[in-house]
Amino acid sequence: MTSRNLIIGGVLSAIFIAAALVSFVWTPFDVTQMNIPNKLKTPNAANWLGTDHFGRDIFSMIMVGARTSIAVALIAVGIGMSIGVPLGLAAAARQGSLLDEVIMRGNDLVFAFPSLVIAILITAVFGPGAVNAIIAIGIFNVPVFARLTRSAALPLWQREFIMAARVSGKGPARISMEHILPNVTNLLIVQGTIQFSLGILAEAGLSYVGLGAQPPLPSWGRMLADAQTMVSFAPHLALIPGGAIILTVLGLNLMGDGLRDLLDPRIRVERT
Amino acid sequence: MRLLSIENLCLSIHALKILKNVSLEVAKGEIVAITGESGSGKSLTAFSVMQLLPRGTAATGSIKLDGTELLNTPDANMCKLRGNDIGMVFQEPMTALNPLMSIGDQVMETILLHTDASREEARHRAEKTLARVGLPPERYSLARFPHELSGGQRQRVVIAMAIALRPRLLIADEPTTALDVTTQAQIIDLLKDLVQDFGMGLLMITHDLAVVSNMADRIVVMRRGEVVETGETKTLFANMQHDYTKALFAASAHEVTLPNNIPSDALLIVKDAVRDYPKPRTKLFAPREYTRAVNAVSFTLKKGERIGLVGESGCGKSTLTRAILGLEPLQGGSITAFGQEVGPDMPPALRSGLQVVFQDPYGSFNPRHKVARIITEPFHLLPDPPRGQERKNRISEALIAVGLHPSDADKYIHAFSGGQRQRIAIARALIINPELIIFDEAVSALDVSIRAQILDLIAELTQTHELSYLFISHDLSVVRTITDRVLVMKDGEIVEDGETRQVFKNPHHPYTASLIAAAPTLPDVKALADAPD
Amino acid sequence: MLRYSLKRLLSLVISLIIASLVIFLVIEVAPGDPASFMLGINAQEDTLDALREELGLNQSKLERYLSWTFGMLQGDFGTSYTYRTPVADMVADRLWVSLPLALYALALSTLIAFPAGIYAASRRGGAGDVSIMGATQLGVAIPNFWFAMMLVLVFAINLRWFSAGGFPGWDEGLFTGFKALTLPAIALALPQAAILARVMRSSLLDILNEDFIRTARAKGLNQRQALWRHALRNALIPVLTIIGLQFSFLLAGSIIIEQVFYLPGLGRLVFQSISQRDLIVVESVVMLLVFAVIMVNFIVDLAYAWVDPRLRSRT
Repeated sequence: MTSRNLIIGGVLSAIFIAAALVSFVWTPFDVTQMNIPNKLKTPNAANWLGTDHFGRDIFSMIMVGARTSIAVALIAVGIGMSIGVPLGLAAAARQGSLLDEVIMRGNDLVFAFPSLVIAILITAVFGPGAVNAIIAIGIFNVPVFARLTRSAALPLWQREFIMAARVSGKGPARISMEHILPNVTNLLIVQGTIQFSLGILAEAGLSYVGLGAQPPLPSWGRMLADAQTMVSFAPHLALIPGGAIILTVLGLNLMGDGLRDLLDPRIRVERT
Repeated sequence: MRLLSIENLCLSIHALKILKNVSLEVAKGEIVAITGESGSGKSLTAFSVMQLLPRGTAATGSIKLDGTELLNTPDANMCKLRGNDIGMVFQEPMTALNPLMSIGDQVMETILLHTDASREEARHRAEKTLARVGLPPERYSLARFPHELSGGQRQRVVIAMAIALRPRLLIADEPTTALDVTTQAQIIDLLKDLVQDFGMGLLMITHDLAVVSNMADRIVVMRRGEVVETGETKTLFANMQHDYTKALFAASAHEVTLPNNIPSDALLIVKDAVRDYPKPRTKLFAPREYTRAVNAVSFTLKKGERIGLVGESGCGKSTLTRAILGLEPLQGGSITAFGQEVGPDMPPALRSGLQVVFQDPYGSFNPRHKVARIITEPFHLLPDPPRGQERKNRISEALIAVGLHPSDADKYIHAFSGGQRQRIAIARALIINPELIIFDEAVSALDVSIRAQILDLIAELTQTHELSYLFISHDLSVVRTITDRVLVMKDGEIVEDGETRQVFKNPHHPYTASLIAAAPTLPDVKALADAPD
Repeated sequence: MLRYSLKRLLSLVISLIIASLVIFLVIEVAPGDPASFMLGINAQEDTLDALREELGLNQSKLERYLSWTFGMLQGDFGTSYTYRTPVADMVADRLWVSLPLALYALALSTLIAFPAGIYAASRRGGAGDVSIMGATQLGVAIPNFWFAMMLVLVFAINLRWFSAGGFPGWDEGLFTGFKALTLPAIALALPQAAILARVMRSSLLDILNEDFIRTARAKGLNQRQALWRHALRNALIPVLTIIGLQFSFLLAGSIIIEQVFYLPGLGRLVFQSISQRDLIVVESVVMLLVFAVIMVNFIVDLAYAWVDPRLRSRT
């Protein structure tokens, strides 16, 4: 069961990551190349997944779209981890202090701003773009990782091996790096996978309403926005990007579950 | 006819054999104790009677209650028996009650489930039952929630739930292990009383031979899933047949001989130490209130002295320990070690003179580090930590000193048993040759035979390394043998301070006397053997 | 209980103040002058000045922050730069679409997730559990706006049970109103229900391993009684947290879903305002959304105390 999740999830994720990487050097067609006479073709030998209303090759667009989705979600996880994990470690090391209180209340406050709201604010000020999506999703990831790190670190601080390290004269920063962090890494990897998949969903939503990646850069969310008016007579325009999103997210989630069972069966992942 | 008779009970979990041909009997009004060390299968035997076994267990044999077969009966039938004919009391009172339900409702639930009583009648019966176990409704309202009660009071609630319907059989799984000695004595008395009043059979599980000898009519000794010896309490102690029973008894009564010491210079001076904890805020803007955990404690530990610090949970001994280790600041008074003030900001050189061995052999080590890294952690305190070959030599020396092999340095901690882990913890404390070691409940989590070995090791190290130590424990029998002076702590204060033998023989403070009186003692085997029947 | 509530209330007020400051400051950095934006590039300097005066743009930042927040407290959200009408009026109409949609979805999500999670936990490892968990694994992966498009395709375009979009208004009657919100609410609710069902199940399974469940079984309760009488209430504590968080996702999600169904809700208003650089509307709507989320979390905090006596008696 465990290894099955891990394998299916790993293979699905690998396919989309590979598609994204390959798209840098090769796609079957140029994604900016319009070919109106060849528009709205259903899947066929030349265009494996058909063409859109401008006659662009959907397979190629999916490949390049994977690049956008993965880049946005991955960088957003990076932002969340690199800010959230140190904050969580610091809050746990000084549990009950003013610092802890400020960090945790700050986290609560950020949770009151769903990533879409942050994206709206940023777009209102600086205009739309893929960077907005990264920042908006990244900010939202910060409290997720901060809370998770803190809640995993707190019971560790009560453990006797931390007391032993303190008796050996080690300070909170050193103990956090040497003893706490390695013992929460598994948890962070698993949550990272989940946030990665949530990031892909969020990016799709933001591009769909026009707050994410801008044309001509293809993105799955905007492909769906474009497909909306044509869904009655060309459903493949909606089914294919939707399927790509579902399979990628499903793959990452299965991989997260598999990793969790593999690394530590006791881990419970916050999934929100 | 016997009330409970277990015959040839065999039990396996996922093909792993746990119980092998266990047979035992309990008569009406009789107290039968199953005893043994961890892994002996004593608790699983009890849960087999309740038919509350983990998933994946398969059992054969027979468990009869008044002639009715219990083994492999459908759960619906068992549900009618549980709580009604068989009651059960568990080890951990802190988690055995539903935190969201009032104690009255929890006791009433047993009654409502098995009888036609109205809520009003059930409430009345619950009140009577709670009063019977020592929680009169005038003082302990039925509307109270578990978190408002102490551990001992919660255990009384659990007992009330188990006996509310006067079951024929009561099963108690380590009912006093999580409790302090004085509470333990009260709960044991309560259980004995109930057995007499109701004529119940009591099947009691405990690892503590002293508890067993004080209350059981008959004893069943188990090891690795098998019954090795069984018999009437007095007869069995007077005439132990099986080597394991003898070894178990010897380990429980184990005493060590400490080398003579001539206390010299003062190593540790605690003077009027005060430690306050902030209470949770009760008002938004009012000044913070504090709980005084350690109140004006003073004592001196001289080089070569082995001092014990005893007290029940919450008496402040752990807080005092943390202050002595310089992990937390004092709010008054002072602690000086080797002439320098101890505190969170003390210099590494001072810290290196004070090392500690903790209680939990499973929580004391970072699971991701190898033994060599674990035991060399205190080298962090040295200005010039040993490197290369010298480091290796020091690791080998420390491991050999605690009875392990130098090659163990390259293993991860999970390769070791509880007793071996405690040896590693001692090696970590010894490696920088501290002046003073603190043993914080260092043998409390160990089985008796392992505990005896670790006590021997400490005595041996006292000889070879001229150790001075402070031995913190709730267990009087251990402190009695491993220390030459003892401090008794109660409510943050030291109420008695004197030579160990003197204090045990002739305690001055009434609290010390009550502690000693409450502690269960092993029978004098010789006297039993010599006495005519 | 009272102290606990007061403490939460204080924390709510502080959160609101900080959130309003953050929103105000972010909008402040936005480039461009609303007055010249409204009047076009050919406007005279004195007309611009007069407009700035009218909009209060000449005041200091602090004055404007204070008048914005105190205005909001009295229900005055300022005047739209584009339409010159009170923002409060514009928002109020839209709120009556977005808020019922989010609540409708929350109710659906809870109604689906609770039974599914409880059923899966009580049949742990069985066929029912495996299929529910499989379904939720898929549900978690589906983007709600895509699911909305599929619902439109099947139930509006092909089966013609519902209209594909638009909102007739509450004047047409409650039934008509809720019918128009049904497809959007399902689209919003199902992915969230998948998450909630998973949390419910794992939380229940955790609790079922607790000692007090064994105690309950030893009293003679069967597995099902122990689950309903003892485990469920305890398992609700983490579930409540997730429900609180989900409300903010549902509100945000409703902004996206409104685009699919052409619903005249806050989402449409915001996107319109962004493209017209009507920042005061954006500012107010964002503040309103954040206010709703903070309020819901406050209610969840109070619900904790209702469920958990340990919180009630603690200060």
